[in-house]
Amino acid sequence: MSAPDDKLQRHRALRRGAITIIVAATIYQAIARSGYFTPVLMPPLGTVARTLVDSILDGTMLGHAAATIYRVLCGFGLAVFIGLPLGVLMGRFRPIESFVLPLASALMPIPSLAWIPVFILWFGLGNTVTILIVFYAALFPMLLNTWSGVRAVNPIWLRAAGAMGAGEHALFWKVIIPGASPFVIAGLRQSFLRAWVAVIGAEMLAASDWGLGWVIFDAKEFLNTDVMLASLVVIGFIGFISERLVFGSIERATIYRWGMARAAKG
Amino acid sequence: MQEIVRVEAASPVVAVLAEGPLRRTMRNIFPFLVVGSLWEIVAHLGWFPPRLFPPLEAVAGAFASLTLNGVLPHHAFDTLVRLSAGFTLAAVVGVALGVLMGRSRRAEDILLPLVSIGAPIPGLAYAPLFLLWFGLGNVAAVLLVALVSTFPIIYNSWTGVKAVKDIWVRSAQAMGADDRRLFRHVILPGALPFIMVGLRLGLAQAWRILVGVEMLAAVPWGLGWLIFGAREFLNTDVMLAGIAVIALIGLALEKLVFERLEEFTLVRWGMLTS
Repeated sequence: MSAPDDKLQRHRALRRGAITIIVAATIYQAIARSGYFTPVLMPPLGTVARTLVDSILDGTMLGHAAATIYRVLCGFGLAVFIGLPLGVLMGRFRPIESFVLPLASALMPIPSLAWIPVFILWFGLGNTVTILIVFYAALFPMLLNTWSGVRAVNPIWLRAAGAMGAGEHALFWKVIIPGASPFVIAGLRQSFLRAWVAVIGAEMLAASDWGLGWVIFDAKEFLNTDVMLASLVVIGFIGFISERLVFGSIERATIYRWGMARAAKG
Repeated sequence: MQEIVRVEAASPVVAVLAEGPLRRTMRNIFPFLVVGSLWEIVAHLGWFPPRLFPPLEAVAGAFASLTLNGVLPHHAFDTLVRLSAGFTLAAVVGVALGVLMGRSRRAEDILLPLVSIGAPIPGLAYAPLFLLWFGLGNVAAVLLVALVSTFPIIYNSWTGVKAVKDIWVRSAQAMGADDRRLFRHVILPGALPFIMVGLRLGLAQAWRILVGVEMLAAVPWGLGWLIFGAREFLNTDVMLAGIAVIALIGLALEKLVFERLEEFTLVRWGMLTS
């Protein structure tokens, strides 16, 4: 497809997208205004927008968002910090692989949210529980993707590098890491997605004062549906930004640039 | 497509297939023995109160007694019913919408923006809203599970229908296939591998979220509620027994459903590389 054609397509998609969203908003607004449901449960969009703007201006929404992002980044960072080296070790050394893999396969199917009650008992309400839940959710995709990435490095490359006199150190940094990186980046992305889902659930059940998940759940008690919807907008916005901008640009900067997109797609 | 990477990672059996079955079993059990003995040592040292950190025999005891008096099977059964109800709903709606989006330009234009707005919001975030709208209990829980697993199903069905080669469609039409036969014999089989991937992803997401939903929605029976309720009475042994059942169901889903689906589609149609 030629460039102008592509541009035309995108314009069209944007225009149609805008129309759909306006129509959907109008329908919602009509139902909300019709009084068929109480405005408490289905507030008109104007109220939601005002709540959103107010809470951003007085800083509470930013505080909640900051708390959530802090928890995600801590848990996700911890998962990368442990999952990445462990995955590499698993891929390189057989005994570590045969020790960790059965444990990982048994723990992976347990949804991270199932641990919340146990962790609450062990660590009390608060940041520790949420961060650990995020860590649990993010660890396995990271670990297993790194592991399969290292194993997927073409043995010929290893032997070629070895024959050319690469030491273990050079082999690791120059061959294994770049070779495994498409899988690692896929793992990062998947881990982050899981972490993002887990943090909302964990905050609903285990946070005590800040966090987007907590604010949504707390709003239920007071029937503040407008606060809920405003927080949903913020959650969607952060999710969208991190997915498209952060991971999209990481992918562009690494995999596509190295011409490894095909490898990543298996 | 990145999910295929994960699938590859999730089948560790291949790596050790070369050994005898006994050795393989031993090798797989060994890590659990190590972790189990560590747990036992810590539990019996008395560093933590046994109510919070019960020894494994207490967990096994809770598991056995709860299974024998039928409580645990009842919880597990209700969870499975909820999972299948939500997933079935999602599968029907998701495949229908996805195929519609793939076939009709207009449906694509209308639905795609909504799907791309809805997908990045974690499903659990809707939970309080659903609880307000539909009340505590089963309706909210099932709808939430359905909502969460619909997105990957829609997305993959849509991609699948779009990926059906244009030339297949045109040659079928040239050979006189009407819309119905075109759909039944060309588009559906062509898109099926993608649809299967979508179903697998949807089921996995539904499973991941269901336990949390059960905790939030205060359903009368269900494994999530069992674990969450046990917190009130500091019954850590019951919680861990519940988590063990969750792990068993999760493993069974993976081995019996996900891997089968995979085998059924990718291997049988030889589409592993598509």
